[in-house]
Amino acid sequence: MMKMKKNTKILLSVLILIAAVAALWYLDANKNQYSYAISILQRSAIYAIAAVAMNMLTGFTGLFSLGQAGFMAIGAYTVAILTIPVEMRANVYYINGIADFLANLSLPFWAALILGGVLAALVGFFVGIPVLRLKSDYLAIATLGFSEIIRAIIAAPQLDRITNGSYGLKSIPAFSSVFEAFFIAGICILLMILIINSSYGRAFKAIKEDETAAQAMGINLFKHKSMSFIISCFFTGIAGGLLAVFMRSIDSKTFQIALTYDILLIVVLGGLGSITGSVIGAFLMTAGREWLRFFDNPLMIGGFQVPLFRTGFRMVIFSLILMAVVLYYRKGLFGDKEFTWDRMYNFFIRLRDRIRRKTPEKGDKGNV
Amino acid sequence: MSDQVLSLNDVTMQFGGVVAVNNLSLEVNKGEIVALIGPNGAGKTTAFNVITGVYAPTNGKVSFQGKPIISNFPQGKMKKLYSGENAGKYTELIRKTPDVITKLGVARTFQNIRLFKNLTVFDNVLIAKHMNIKSNVFSATLRLNHKEEQTMRKESMELLEILGLAHLKDEISSSLPYGQQRKLEIARALATKPSLLLLDEPAAGMNPHETHDLTAFIRMLKDDFHLTVLMIEHHMNLVMEISDRIYVLDFGKLIASGTPADIQSNQRVIDAYLGVADDE
Ligand SMILES: Nc1ncnc2c1ncn2[C@@H]1O[C@H](COP(=O)(O)OP(=O)(O)OP(=O)(O)O)[C@@H](O)[C@H]1O
Ligand SMILES: [Mg+2]
Repeated sequence: MMKMKKNTKILLSVLILIAAVAALWYLDANKNQYSYAISILQRSAIYAIAAVAMNMLTGFTGLFSLGQAGFMAIGAYTVAILTIPVEMRANVYYINGIADFLANLSLPFWAALILGGVLAALVGFFVGIPVLRLKSDYLAIATLGFSEIIRAIIAAPQLDRITNGSYGLKSIPAFSSVFEAFFIAGICILLMILIINSSYGRAFKAIKEDETAAQAMGINLFKHKSMSFIISCFFTGIAGGLLAVFMRSIDSKTFQIALTYDILLIVVLGGLGSITGSVIGAFLMTAGREWLRFFDNPLMIGGFQVPLFRTGFRMVIFSLILMAVVLYYRKGLFGDKEFTWDRMYNFFIRLRDRIRRKTPEKGDKGNV
Repeated sequence: MSDQVLSLNDVTMQFGGVVAVNNLSLEVNKGEIVALIGPNGAGKTTAFNVITGVYAPTNGKVSFQGKPIISNFPQGKMKKLYSGENAGKYTELIRKTPDVITKLGVARTFQNIRLFKNLTVFDNVLIAKHMNIKSNVFSATLRLNHKEEQTMRKESMELLEILGLAHLKDEISSSLPYGQQRKLEIARALATKPSLLLLDEPAAGMNPHETHDLTAFIRMLKDDFHLTVLMIEHHMNLVMEISDRIYVLDFGKLIASGTPADIQSNQRVIDAYLGVADDE
């Protein structure tokens, strides 16, 4: 494998970062014109947090949870309930009224966001404890069930004065700037990368590789599995909180199982065990879904209406693409490798060599 | 006895109707190299799995450095099924988990190598250093435990150097040749700073040259790391050369024990095992 100079790599990374910030700056300056693009990018960043959190659990610890939507709901409702401006609340809860203790209770956005993460982690702790002592498969079943229960609880009439039941919550204050979602996503993902590369992260990887061997190395399985799960729940809760702010109005239907599948698909698409894969996957998935909107509009060719092109067709195409990825790139775009400049460089070198080989007049024959 | 490192008392491990280990008692004293031998399926690996807490024995007691770490008696449906001896002898229920037993100072290798296959040689050893970590997950995440991490890395590197694996540190562990993988498993076990090392067929899959070197290698480990060694092995040359004492298992039962000379001249052992092993 060819390697690039270290300075070149740092320079490239810095350039990319500057380009990204500049692009955001530009989008921010022209908010109105680019609101559609901004919203796609923001949603991608939020999904990226949830995807990396899922990857930490599944790709690095070998535990499989299907509770993403449920934990996101906890974060989202916490943020929504505590940040809707007090003066708007009568309006939001106009049907059932608001519980007395909540009427004047509000928190700054960041405090509500962290509280949402903490509550998701706390619930994760109680959901995880009974099942994490058992074989790993039970976690998926328990979290899937939990996720549906949470939705039922949110919509339950008994909680109308807190969650506003099936009416949902609206008037959630928007992000204060275009940067906010990306900044928070960046911090969350950075923290998760730091965890994965710490001694605790190595213990997670050991558990994924071989539980018996990990235990023989003195690693307490239950403790470390719980830790990975709870941390994952925390960041999933944060992603949910951000989603509430992004959407500005939420209800229990926002957090259906489809949301969990979205995150799962991102993780599989990007590659289990690849953080960069999950991040890039989040952007590709979210944007891809929008690009495919083309298929939802009726298409006329020479006065002939092409069949199938109508609302919902893009989801068919989308599913087909995903099936193809899963079938032919079983390990996702990145497998369990991270994106690195070296890998990118080698990719282009190989591409160049392949092209050259096809044009022998350049005199490269002797090298083959 | 104060220098008794490991003792098994009347250990029986019954899987359903199969009695894999039958009323086994043995002891290993400080500084000894003891071998556990016997034909395939005799229950040797099962004995290791009981000692390290992977399986709870059906009956019997295991002590490490004079303290019981495992004790059990037939319970539940085993009450009826149990076909071993000494059924009423033990009443205490002690079940330390494998990680706790490792922390107490018992390390092992596996018959079917169980490395962390997709991780590097260095990470395989480094992971074994995690169990004694002092910093919590927050300070480890924020890299406030720089010193501790450095120590873990330094100690791991030293181990790789001693075992002659330092030049392979960045290789993915599953890409190593078999003999090196066995060595890495030993390095990883040593990283837990054990006082008792259990080796399950360390020579399996090694070439004759590597097997020959293993004798000196295990002696070196024993001396340099102040270890006591209990070893399962089928290579009789190695066993006879290195062991202070030998225990022979057949169908889960202890059929002989003693010095290599005793064992080599024991007719029962020759009939059950050595006669067969010589043909290999
Ligand atoms: N988990 C288990 N469940 C049921 N039976 C088991 C289990 N583990 C081992 N056995 C049985 O116990 C017996 C002893 O197996 P063990 O692996 O301990 O033999 P061994 O002496 O290590 O043999 P080898 O020299 O081939 O490694 C065998 O009959 C095996 O089938
Ligand atoms: Mg065996």
